Amino acid sequence: MTTEQTRKLIVLAAIWAALIFAPYWMVPLGGYTALATRVLVLGLAAMSLNFLLGFTGVLSFGHAAYFGLGAYGAGLTLKFLAASTPLALLLGMLLGGVCGGLLGTLIVRRRGVYFAMVTIAFGQVFYYIAFQWSSLTGGDDGLRGFSRQPLDLGLFKIDILSSANYFYFFVLFCFALAVGAMGFILRSPFGRTMIAIRENERRSRFLGIPVERHIWIAFTLSCFFMGLAGALYALVNNFADPKGLHYSQSGDFVMMAVMGGMRSFWGPLLGATVFVVLQDYLSSVTVNWMSFVGLLFVLVVLFFPRGLLGFLQRSKA
Amino acid sequence: MNVLEINNVTKRFGNLVAVRDVSLNVAKGEMCAIIGPNGAGKTTFFNLISGFFPPTSGSIRFDGQDITKLSTHERVTRGMARTFQVTEIFPELTVFENVRIATEVASGYRLRPWINRAEQAQVQARVEETLKLVSLETKTGRLVGELAHGDQRAAEIAMALALKPHLLLLDEPTAGMGDQETFQITQLIRRLHRESNYTIVLIEHDMRVVFHLADRICVLDQGRMLAQGTPQEIAANETVQAAYLGTAA
Repeated sequence: MTTEQTRKLIVLAAIWAALIFAPYWMVPLGGYTALATRVLVLGLAAMSLNFLLGFTGVLSFGHAAYFGLGAYGAGLTLKFLAASTPLALLLGMLLGGVCGGLLGTLIVRRRGVYFAMVTIAFGQVFYYIAFQWSSLTGGDDGLRGFSRQPLDLGLFKIDILSSANYFYFFVLFCFALAVGAMGFILRSPFGRTMIAIRENERRSRFLGIPVERHIWIAFTLSCFFMGLAGALYALVNNFADPKGLHYSQSGDFVMMAVMGGMRSFWGPLLGATVFVVLQDYLSSVTVNWMSFVGLLFVLVVLFFPRGLLGFLQRSKA
Repeated sequence: MNVLEINNVTKRFGNLVAVRDVSLNVAKGEMCAIIGPNGAGKTTFFNLISGFFPPTSGSIRFDGQDITKLSTHERVTRGMARTFQVTEIFPELTVFENVRIATEVASGYRLRPWINRAEQAQVQARVEETLKLVSLETKTGRLVGELAHGDQRAAEIAMALALKPHLLLLDEPTAGMGDQETFQITQLIRRLHRESNYTIVLIEHDMRVVFHLADRICVLDQGRMLAQGTPQEIAANETVQAAYLGTAA
């Protein structure tokens, strides 16, 4: 094994150790478990977006739509269909992914700014549907009246509803599955075609890659992961908010990804951590917390164009 | 047998006729050079062959089948590979990774979410073989963007070769190169033609290269096919001399 590989393995082990033990080290540092849960969920969303942005090189500015659809999918399942947490997650993920896949067929025909604009436009369609269709979605007030259900594993139940730690570990389990799947895909021949498209679309086309079809697959996969993150988010809050579909939420995800470092796999998780922790801390101090997060974002983009993680990696090397 | 048969293709951009009623047959194993002054329509002609855009009229057959309406990637899948006047590579990936992507796509793995060890070993062997062919085997771990211009060109040609093409289209392979690099690339193309029997169509400005390499030369001028023939015939052709080579040639 080369030193480079060893170093990567150590970093990976450190990341997972930090995540597994988060409920134990965050509390003494003044955090709380639910905050760690939020970091994981929004981190998963930012990583899902970055699967497309950082590794295929196309910017979606409407990914909150699939996040929000996941949330509503999970909420509506729990409220009207069945009191099952796994089913809620599955259906939420499917709703986000299938809608993303369908709209993706139209979206992938555009590139660059037009791609971003079309994703915003489609995203806003879902926002207004959720906003207007009060009888189903609760409209402006959001979808209430459901809560995550204890996991029934036959022999015993895991009470993820009242135990914040159990719920955190459950979310971490889902996060690990999704992130593992993303990592696996990126190391595959298909994942390498995504990177090829990011690096040089014309060359990719002239290697015989049907570029639009590959971007569509990446887009759809990213929407499935986004849907899962949204469904988890609904379980975190026992609530689905139409603002979760809004393009400003999409902007937050882009910010997390870019701030953390969109060329690195784990960068968006770091970005989401900084974002969520700052939001939590600053919003108790000032209502203008967003100006500070925005200022940090500007500084990172200006001085560390490869994001916080890119900066950390360089200073270590 | 003809690998490529181009029948009376014309390409208009509004009022401009970039390529006018051009026909060309390329036989298997042949090396055909396209020359002509700037703006003669050489690159447009290349773009028609490789499927950048469809011709306004006329037809293109490849390996006996009509490909006039096929998209770029479909033509590539059928065995057509090309390089560009301005090198098109993946600059932030290594030489190995550049050629591996081409090799995996050519092996039909592009949609695969996993690849087993045997397949991986096979891909690895083919990448190494291809890199050896273009003499880049000592630079596999280098980022392509950091290589010298001539090596970047060689990497681009390696990517095209990894596709195991029946037809190789090279758009000004020696553009922007010094004498030494020009010599190396010329030697490489000559080897590909003579030893590996690739069918090659190339656009080239450097007359030394053209007359050194080509079996047949086609002269384009103002979108028209002015003349076709062996290097000797072209050198002796008075119309060509007047239009292009000038009195000095």
